[in-house]
Amino acid sequence: MSTLTIDTKDIHYTPLNQQIRKAVAEGVKEITLNNVLGQRFIGDGLRGDDVTITVNGVPGGDLAMFMSGPTIIVHGNADHAPGNTMDKGKVIIHGSAGDAVAHSMRGGRVYVRDNIGYRGGIHMKKYREKRPILVVGGSARAFLGESMAGGLIIVLGLGDTKPISEQGVGSGIHGGEIFVRGPVDKLYLGNGTKQAPVTEDERAMIRLIIEDFARSFGIDATPLLAADYTRIAAISARPFASKYTLE
Amino acid sequence: MSIGSTPLKFRVTIDPDRCMNCGRCIENCSYGVYRREADSIRINSRSCVACHRCLAFCPRDAIEIEEKPGDYRSHPVWTREIREAVFNQAKTGKIISGGMGNALPYPIIFDRLVLDACQVTNPSIDPLREPMELRTYIGKKPSSLSIRERPGMDTELLTKLSSNLQIETPIMIGHMSYGAISLPAQQAMARAVHRIGTFMGTGEGGLHQSLYPYQKNMIVQVASGRFGVDIDYLERGAAIEIKIGQGAKPGIGGHLPGEKVCADVACTRMIPEGSDAISPAPHHDIYSIEDLKQLVHGLKEATEWKKPVFVKIAAVHNSAAIAAGIARSGADAVVIDGFRGGTGSAPVVFRDHVGIPIEAAIASVDAKLRQQGIRHKVSIIASGGIRQSADVAKIICLGADAVYIGTSALVAMGCRVCGTCNRGVCAWGIATQKPELTKRLDPEANAVQVENLIHGWTLELAELMGAAGINSIESLRGNRDRLRGYMLDEGLLNVLDVKTVGA
Repeated sequence: MSTLTIDTKDIHYTPLNQQIRKAVAEGVKEITLNNVLGQRFIGDGLRGDDVTITVNGVPGGDLAMFMSGPTIIVHGNADHAPGNTMDKGKVIIHGSAGDAVAHSMRGGRVYVRDNIGYRGGIHMKKYREKRPILVVGGSARAFLGESMAGGLIIVLGLGDTKPISEQGVGSGIHGGEIFVRGPVDKLYLGNGTKQAPVTEDERAMIRLIIEDFARSFGIDATPLLAADYTRIAAISARPFASKYTLE
Repeated sequence: MSIGSTPLKFRVTIDPDRCMNCGRCIENCSYGVYRREADSIRINSRSCVACHRCLAFCPRDAIEIEEKPGDYRSHPVWTREIREAVFNQAKTGKIISGGMGNALPYPIIFDRLVLDACQVTNPSIDPLREPMELRTYIGKKPSSLSIRERPGMDTELLTKLSSNLQIETPIMIGHMSYGAISLPAQQAMARAVHRIGTFMGTGEGGLHQSLYPYQKNMIVQVASGRFGVDIDYLERGAAIEIKIGQGAKPGIGGHLPGEKVCADVACTRMIPEGSDAISPAPHHDIYSIEDLKQLVHGLKEATEWKKPVFVKIAAVHNSAAIAAGIARSGADAVVIDGFRGGTGSAPVVFRDHVGIPIEAAIASVDAKLRQQGIRHKVSIIASGGIRQSADVAKIICLGADAVYIGTSALVAMGCRVCGTCNRGVCAWGIATQKPELTKRLDPEANAVQVENLIHGWTLELAELMGAAGINSIESLRGNRDRLRGYMLDEGLLNVLDVKTVGA
């Protein structure tokens, strides 16, 4: 299997992405980027189902934007909107990430070991076999899953802070579901949401995902699987349906 | 106490002497006006929207549609429309939604602007005999060129040029999504722009597979819902447009109701069938010009800097300053959509009351960009309320590079501007997804009509230019000396930077 290592020090994102694309086109399957420091758009629009990119450092915003296939593993924190409008693939962040993580993601998975900023999973949506999944190991800031149209968000609250301690969760949600470990104060729920304890079927469904998440970071999944979860979803799949009258 | 019935909007009558009882009116009406009872055709005028489908297909001219046969007591303040909006909301307590564009009788600035022509002191040009340059390039232009001379007479261009769209006429078709309009309507327009050598927008509805043969003439749109957007879609388009706002509903998002999301629309938008497609008001990754720059660059990076990126905003009070920000965001063109722009559906209060006219917006955007020395960084595309070739000439004089047309292209396919696009039962097969209605369009025949319209306008534009002694569209652009304002107030003349007639 051919591999490539790039020292990204002082390389702008465009020539960096050009090198990545060229390597993928030539059949390279493992790419390691060292000394990454703020380069945006890494993997933007990149295809290649069996390609893995390891990012050592802190990538800039819109990591894996429009990406379709590859896996990106970040050893460090990520800036805003990793997985923005991503179609397929996997982003594994060994650290925290900024605002609008997985914005409008249609497929694939984003795993964040620690915390995420505001509006995580905003307007995620599903399509046929595509179902985007965002798993956050730590906590999420306000407006998690805002305008969510499909897919799945899981927040595990493994850090020192509670998984959810700010308002607007699922505000404007009309599809998809949010699972939070432990109870969620209804004060934090956004407009148009409802919460319920998790059923056995749902527990079985998230079990596989939590196991995969734990494996990705070398965490023991046992306590996570034994815990109680709250499921937050939309009251209505059509929040605007009764808002209008004809002229 | 019930509000009761309101006066009829339209009265439909069939002249019994002319009617041959063929029933074509029953077949054609999708609003349920006609029905057969025993041997006669019965009429329910209250359902009529004056789309004229029945009238157009009556073989004997037997149908008459009369507008407002009965009316309220006339009153200059409490108009019929105001009273009926009150009745409607008193009954429902909801937001009133409507289709088409702004329906209030604001004065039209285009109709208060007149064009110039040569007399004696400079010769007119006859476009039949002399070349007329209407070809336009949309995109960034360099502020200067760096050229190296090679031995011999050869030279080499050192400046790296940005990719531009080459259009053979400054008329493009704006973004009307599959969902808002039908697939045959998009197919007809796609064929037309392909043949003419211009472009059309996909709208925020993805690009249907049947349009792939025309993708080199399609501008793909990325709006706040990101519907239908993946890397394949971005790579297919000739250019990418970020939709920030729309002239018919500035400041709000869009909701394509589940009823209009059939299997095919769902597939193109990449959402589940029958689900509401909700485009939020803002892009969730754009809260500033700096964020806009991030998306512009993200799209360019995804498509390897091969495609121009446009940014479309609604014409609002501060359009000029916003456009100056857009020009610095790395975008290649700014689209300004005036308050007369059409829509498949919008709250009437927005459609009729929010935004500013395209004429004032374009003039101020062009002036601001020139003042700041950044006019070359973006092309300006004017959209919303372009009805005829004269409007095209006038808006180019006010500083636009090209126009988007929308409603006029639909009218070319039969639309009668009945304004009920939001109902989803368009009898002309345009603003509907019902297969029995969409099949009324013939993509080929309708393509010819759209092509004819743009061709006719282009000929007229060439004639207008020739009469003004101008043989290149570049000499018309921003050429306010070729315009005079007729009965416009001083404030507006200053904004337009146009003199009054006689001056």
